[in-house]
Amino acid sequence: MNELRIAIDPVACKAYGYCAELLPEAISLDEWGYPIIDGHPVPAELLTLAKRAARDCPMRAITVRRKSGR
Amino acid sequence: MNSTYLWYATRATGIVTLVLLTLTMVLGLVTTSRSRARNWPGFAQQELHRRISILAVVFLVIHVITSILDSYVHIGWLAVVVPFASPYARLWVGLGTISLDLMVAVFVSSLLRSHLQPRTWRGIHWLAYGSWPIALAHTFGLGTDSSEHWVIALGTLCVLSVGLAFLWRLRATAKLRAMVPNPDPPAVRQSRSVSTAGALGGPRDA
Amino acid sequence: MPSADLAPPVGKVHRLLGHPGNLTEHLDAHGPLNVAVSRNSTWQQGLVTSLEASGLTGRGGGSFPTSIKLELALAAGSRGTIVVNAMEGEPASEKDKLLLCRVPHLVLDGAQYLAALCRADRIVVCIPIGHDAVATAVRHAVAERSDHRHAPLAEEIVRPPDRFIAGEESALVNWIDTGRSLPVFRPDKGTPLRIGRRPALVHNTETLAHLALIARDGPGPFRNRGMTGEPGTSLITVSGDVAHPGVVEVDRGTPLWDIAKLSHPVEPVQALLVGGYGGAWVGPEHFATPYATSPLRRIGAAAGVGVIVVLGASSCGLTESARIARYLADQSARQCGPCMYGLPAVADDLAQLARGQGDGDSMARLHRRLGQMMGRGACRHPDGAVGLVRSALAVFATDIAGHSQGRTCPFWRSPTSLRFPRAVEV
Repeated sequence: MNELRIAIDPVACKAYGYCAELLPEAISLDEWGYPIIDGHPVPAELLTLAKRAARDCPMRAITVRRKSGR
Repeated sequence: MNSTYLWYATRATGIVTLVLLTLTMVLGLVTTSRSRARNWPGFAQQELHRRISILAVVFLVIHVITSILDSYVHIGWLAVVVPFASPYARLWVGLGTISLDLMVAVFVSSLLRSHLQPRTWRGIHWLAYGSWPIALAHTFGLGTDSSEHWVIALGTLCVLSVGLAFLWRLRATAKLRAMVPNPDPPAVRQSRSVSTAGALGGPRDA
Repeated sequence: MPSADLAPPVGKVHRLLGHPGNLTEHLDAHGPLNVAVSRNSTWQQGLVTSLEASGLTGRGGGSFPTSIKLELALAAGSRGTIVVNAMEGEPASEKDKLLLCRVPHLVLDGAQYLAALCRADRIVVCIPIGHDAVATAVRHAVAERSDHRHAPLAEEIVRPPDRFIAGEESALVNWIDTGRSLPVFRPDKGTPLRIGRRPALVHNTETLAHLALIARDGPGPFRNRGMTGEPGTSLITVSGDVAHPGVVEVDRGTPLWDIAKLSHPVEPVQALLVGGYGGAWVGPEHFATPYATSPLRRIGAAAGVGVIVVLGASSCGLTESARIARYLADQSARQCGPCMYGLPAVADDLAQLARGQGDGDSMARLHRRLGQMMGRGACRHPDGAVGLVRSALAVFATDIAGHSQGRTCPFWRSPTSLRFPRAVEV
């Protein structure tokens, strides 16, 4: 099953937090401002926002990728 | 076109570009990673920064066109991109050209952002730090309206806002750096190694 | 020429320790290297089959099947680099240093075999700054064998920084490539590590020594040791509250307590730390667990790096764990937020508990932080720390309950039984 999932590059991420602002349903922030993702596939209705989060990240740390279900 | 109207348009769009550029700078400066102000929509501020910068470019384009089309003084199309190529007010127009060149670099690099290394994009973006003061110098150096009280007031406001925003940014960056728990300690010294292996070095079933 | 088809020499017992160290006796005991003439696919296929049949897994902490790692490397192309990982950043481990001082030719042979197999054109031996005795021994060995019959590829020695994280595979390759000893985010572990554009294959010292013997003797002797699902031997460093700390070679699958006994532990023993500082504590009810991947996983531990630390009854498991957590926090590469901020916070929480200064919230806060740290770094460093702390919370639960209510045990101020490169404050 090829679903789209959010992936975060932890080295690039500097905790700007825009992704969590745009996509609170899928991304929450820990106490230091870094994103926590649940690993579930992105629901269709949130796809546009997810792509926007990927585009808007100042560090290009977040990507939406196709991963075969593991 | 009537030279007078062109001249008014050039001056007006020039002032507006400066103000929009100032706003862009402020919105860009007052940003930091790991922002604790969770009620502030950082993504919206970033979007506003982008859109106002586009607006600034639009007004800049109009400003450049009207200034070239205005036949009262001769600037020439070359001077749009080549600094100090204008017969009229060579220095001050030249500064405007430099500011434009820098702005174009920032703008184009942002359009191509996904194709650039993050560090490359960031390096080019810092050219903005040069573009704004040079634009300020261009505005007041040319002197067309720079003796008007409201223009002076506007200019002062621009300088104050960017200055304060810059100081805010310096302080925020320093605070961030101080937040990293015990930064890298010096290379550790090696402890004395175990040398009693000989007593137990044999295989279990020997 | 040894291959998988030939029967192994009768009576050959697979072992790493006890073999001669100098080149002449090494060649007498094991025969010549024989790779220079063998760059043919029959020989290569034979070696791949041998490795697969042997069931050799990595001895650097990952326990990953060597033959699979090799297949990925072969697919990555030729003219790569074989990286001998002698970093041994784990403070409680001495096995790699020992191997390189005692039987360096076995390790270097292993690297040569791999290089011939992968058509690599470079061998790099990584010995950290500060491990000068090891570097001297290896330099001496390299000089002894500097002949294309013994070493078809030149064996370079490099000295990366002596940090816990510097031995992590991607950090090591990154250092060789760019000079920065920092782990690299690898969403897809199948893509090869690279130095420039050439692939790099990293292997632990001990794995290469096993490989050198399997290449000469076939898979049989290796398979004859250990247990069915997990053959061969492992080098384990036993330390802590023991009379004779040191490195032992044991069959995989030996019960933990039998391994610890070899170093004469000071009884009674309250716990064993298995797998290194990023491993897990094991309580007495599990001391009979075989030292092998599956049985250990079932009790929430892992084979990890061959390390067993014995904790006697007059030590405080919580305080020792707090020291380990502080050490691991200090050793973070500080690239990823959850590790850079999370590990020190967890270390602070544990230190507070150890001193009996926990507030009502301490345990809940600690559990919450631990729950959020797994898998959020570029490497496994935070994961190891979380595993260690969680195992401590389970094994030392009674003691911790007392500490969290302000009743510290009498031993929390005792000096540490653990080894650290520098004194760790709690």
